[in-house]
Amino acid sequence: MTTATEPYVLNIGPQHPSTHGVFRLRVVMDGERIQDMDMVVGYLHRSMEKLAEERTYTQNIPFTDRADYLAAMSGNLGYCLAVEMLSGVEVPERASYLRVIFAELQRIASHSMANGTFVNDAGAWQTPLMYMFRERERILDLFEMTGGARLTTNYMRIGGVAFDPPPEFFPAIESLVSDLPDRIDEYAELLIDNEILLARSRGVGTITAEDAINGSLSGPMLRGSGVPWDLRKAEPYCVYDRMDFDIPVGRNGDAYDRFLVRLEEVRQSTKIIQQALDALPAGPHKTDTPLALRPEPGEAYGRVEGPRGELGFYVVSDGGSAPFRFHIRAPSLINLSLLREMAIGASLPDAIVALGSVDIVVGEIDR
Amino acid sequence: MPAGPRQLTGDTVASALSAALPGAVATATAEWVEVEPARILDALRWLHDDAEMDAKQLSNLCAVDRHDRFEVVYHLQSMDRNHQIVVKAVVGEHDDPALPSCYPVYKGALLQEREVYDLMGIRFEGHPDLRRMFLWEGYPGFPLRKDFLQIPDHHPGLPKFPFEEPGVQAR
Repeated sequence: MTTATEPYVLNIGPQHPSTHGVFRLRVVMDGERIQDMDMVVGYLHRSMEKLAEERTYTQNIPFTDRADYLAAMSGNLGYCLAVEMLSGVEVPERASYLRVIFAELQRIASHSMANGTFVNDAGAWQTPLMYMFRERERILDLFEMTGGARLTTNYMRIGGVAFDPPPEFFPAIESLVSDLPDRIDEYAELLIDNEILLARSRGVGTITAEDAINGSLSGPMLRGSGVPWDLRKAEPYCVYDRMDFDIPVGRNGDAYDRFLVRLEEVRQSTKIIQQALDALPAGPHKTDTPLALRPEPGEAYGRVEGPRGELGFYVVSDGGSAPFRFHIRAPSLINLSLLREMAIGASLPDAIVALGSVDIVVGEIDR
Repeated sequence: MPAGPRQLTGDTVASALSAALPGAVATATAEWVEVEPARILDALRWLHDDAEMDAKQLSNLCAVDRHDRFEVVYHLQSMDRNHQIVVKAVVGEHDDPALPSCYPVYKGALLQEREVYDLMGIRFEGHPDLRRMFLWEGYPGFPLRKDFLQIPDHHPGLPKFPFEEPGVQAR
């Protein structure tokens, strides 16, 4: 006797813990295997790019922390760099160092979240996530201390940063930076050789280096596939050219390698923060920029290496006080270009792990 | 106007491109090279394959509505040579704009072209899966177009601030 099977449609999300936000997958299953997959996005679409055309350059900064809300500092930084490129505003040296410090703190916070939820997807239910939230919490406290906000920081300004950190910031960050290496060793001990994590993530969602480049992947997705490409090295902005750090790369391009890359990047970020703190010069934290900035007609594409990859801002000016066009190059969205290819033929639990390893933020996908 | 730190000038790219593909280049500036829209796929394929240009990654694709025409902007990246190339294609037709899809060369165009189609309404011919993305099928109009709101006296952008008027002290 044979049992006939026929494909059926399985709906995941939009409200589902494994989709990390309001994100829906429509999966066609053939038994246990995925035959086809379609992603449905747009539930968080707030039309930021259109709204930005009606607001001044400074008023647009809050949009950039509401796009990727887990990496608000990186969004602020990328946008401010683009507008500074467009308008020729100079940034004081102290502000550049502070930007590096906050961008790297944000990377640690975001990677902690990414790795925590990734191992959550892989079956390590909540415990490692809570460990990583412990460090993220201290970083958010530092943000709160300096700018008053924890998540949507709105901290960078065109021409610098909004506030100089208060005196109590420095002992707090020193103690965080001295604690972090031990904490990372703790995660590594807990997770790197964990049999369940290895079984669930090795060889899952594998992407070759050629596909990763051709599919416009960036960030840990690209480096996990073995491409040593990091904008902080390739096109140093702020003062990254004075920092000594390594670019971790993966070997196999699977979900496990992306996890390792993120873990190692936290270590490298700690190194960068320590160097930036040691070299932090005195001076102003912001240049005086007119509130109604009117750049010359032109365009600029400013980009930073955000936690999720190349976070770019394409800003076009027609000489007015609002951008003529404001486009966010969202790494979360573009890193999903190969999701369908990763998923087809895989089992459903593997596809969930592959999606978790992409580290999406739906606010940035939809904008 | 500022070019990115490691950007190949448009003129450099244009001279190499027009030597390889005569008639493909429309104009070039220091920042970008503008390619004839019908030849965009050929031009991108050549830039991708050429050893000097080595534009292996399509790092960003977006479109700008210039009221009477659309500019589609491609930011290309070479990883090995570490430079960026900016290519533009201008679509003159404003009611039903169309452009060849660059998906055959860059798989990374899959979602980026879909986004441009969804919000700007440019059809990318040859795209394998051109559907609305953030908005739903049947949504009226394309919101990023400048004429989307159809309000007769709507002037996009901002008026002058009070302190910008002559005689008013500004901070």
